[in-house]
Amino acid sequence: MRKGWFKGLVAGLAVAVMACPAFAADTIKFGVAGAHSGDLASYGLPTVNAAKLVAKMVNAKGGVLGKQVEVIPQDDQCKPELATNAATKLVSDGANVVLGHICSGATKAALPIYKEANVVLMSPSATNPALTQSGDYPNFFRTIASDDQQAKLGVDFTIDKLGKKKIAVLHDKGDYGKGYAEYAKQFIEQGGKGTVVLFEGVTPGAVDYSAVVQKIRNSGAEAVMFGGYHPEASKIVQQLRKKRMDLPFVSDDGVKDDTFIKVAGKDAEGVYASSSKDVSALPLYKEAIEAHVKEFGAEPGAFYKEAYAASLALLNAIEKAGSTDSAKIMNALRTEFVETSVGKIKFDKRGDAEGVGFSMYQVKNGKYVELK
Amino acid sequence: MDWQYFWELFFGGLTRGSIYALIALGYTMVYGIIELINFAHGEVYMMGAFTALIVAGALGIYGFPALAILIIAAAVAVIYCAAYGLTLEKIAYKPLRDAPRLSPLISAIGMSIFLQNYVILAQTSDFMPFPNLVPQPEFLEPIAHIMGASEVLIIVTSAVSMAALTLFIKYTRMGKAMRATAQNRKMAMLLGIDADKVISLTFVIGSSLAAVGGVLIASHVGQVNFAIGFIAGIKAFTAAVLGGIGSIPGAMLGGLVLGWCESFATGYISSDYEDALAFALLVLILIFRPSGILGKAKTQKV
Repeated sequence: MRKGWFKGLVAGLAVAVMACPAFAADTIKFGVAGAHSGDLASYGLPTVNAAKLVAKMVNAKGGVLGKQVEVIPQDDQCKPELATNAATKLVSDGANVVLGHICSGATKAALPIYKEANVVLMSPSATNPALTQSGDYPNFFRTIASDDQQAKLGVDFTIDKLGKKKIAVLHDKGDYGKGYAEYAKQFIEQGGKGTVVLFEGVTPGAVDYSAVVQKIRNSGAEAVMFGGYHPEASKIVQQLRKKRMDLPFVSDDGVKDDTFIKVAGKDAEGVYASSSKDVSALPLYKEAIEAHVKEFGAEPGAFYKEAYAASLALLNAIEKAGSTDSAKIMNALRTEFVETSVGKIKFDKRGDAEGVGFSMYQVKNGKYVELK
Repeated sequence: MDWQYFWELFFGGLTRGSIYALIALGYTMVYGIIELINFAHGEVYMMGAFTALIVAGALGIYGFPALAILIIAAAVAVIYCAAYGLTLEKIAYKPLRDAPRLSPLISAIGMSIFLQNYVILAQTSDFMPFPNLVPQPEFLEPIAHIMGASEVLIIVTSAVSMAALTLFIKYTRMGKAMRATAQNRKMAMLLGIDADKVISLTFVIGSSLAAVGGVLIASHVGQVNFAIGFIAGIKAFTAAVLGGIGSIPGAMLGGLVLGWCESFATGYISSDYEDALAFALLVLILIFRPSGILGKAKTQKV
């Protein structure tokens, strides 16, 4: 008897859920998926804040296509198995567009569900290159540059701008540094304009790097690319200069840190390091931060500006498309420029934001200066 | 065979090996006397570097010449570290002298963690730049691509320290007392040797050498933070075991062998396997000579 009663309840609920979209069709359903609890919640919650703030601002101006925007958060804790549940839930709730997911692994797991349902997904933070580059998911977009963009920028800069052909690629054996170095190697070899004369991992924390430095000299390298963080970078640069080797040193975001300059001192001069473009002067960026401080009384957390930009881009695309039809939204995302908190962007064929990404910085007079 | 490259790696390994040897001397001396692996030794080395950094910073304001700063900073670091070594022994090891052998070992690990956290709280957990205190003289410029002044100084200091230490132990009364205590503490005490004094002196000498190492190496590498003692300590300990723990020439030899092994492994194979090859060598040597290259085989009486 009890079972029968339970079944009836489930059936009733199912009917109620099915019926829901019909009643609430006068809002734009803006799904937000990501880690909202658990260890990685600090990566996901700023995105919810961003979506809420943008929705509030848009709603105050009359909404999108004359309808109010309704934010529907779904938690996935950055876990792939929960991400598929969150995606299924959002799809069945009738989300028109979804902002998320936060982690690359969760995003990858959820993507087939959105593709099946033909829902546009835009991540502020999933940086795994394959998500867009595989070409499997035309409904996926992102407002953050993929992991390999930094290496690409570094390689193009070293070969084209500095004119160096023989490159020694080093890394610190960590995930981040090794990833950078491997992409760099791949781009150098694919480009065909330069050669990798040395590919080595150094041991972080070692008392001295003179053997590696001698190896760089022996390899005949004209430039060094390094993937890793500043403690190793400063040691290697200092030892290179001590051994009277004056070749350019090109590195990544982990080295674009003022501690590097402090520790390496005068040897830091002239070192190149890539990092995200400086957007602090953009009016929309300032507006986004101010809105957050006003509403929540604190500075925003990780990926906030990317999430704010993605929210603006998605809602703008619906407005421009004139409907919530996914094909039209995707078309609008790819053709219409939009002003956001990370600059004026539109999306390329694969779903990566054009105009978002990394700049090269160089240490000049003890400061990192963005090279235009 | 590219000889130029070989010699570059050879001298790179020599510098690195001398660094290890300088720290390994402290490990091996303490082990020789009281059979304790002083895991806090790496931290004493780190504190030497920090003391020198503070002194050098203060002196730098008054515009002292680099060489004067080096000497004063090293002297202050030596005094400080000797005091730390002595205190360490009195607080953490002396009360446990007759305890089971594992107890002082745990105490040593505890002191190591304590000293690291002390530096984090009292100073900083950041990386700090260390000024280059060793001036580069003109006549070294032609070989600057192989080794700079700081490297030459490290090698010379290690060699001199080892020679002085050997002479001290061989030819002085105190050295004789040390050897006696190392051989049989109870017998030495019966013969009127103040074993406590000998052990304290061992810690003072070992810590002073670590301090000198800290100053020279920090000046060579150009940076310090609270964790530098850990890896340097582990490597130096490996060197001491490799050479035969308890033996002073063994520590020097073990340091050099380890340094060369790492340098040539990096140069001719890959730095990805630098540590793997160094430790493979350690295993290999210990299989054939369980007490290290120069260690004396000792039968444990039960």
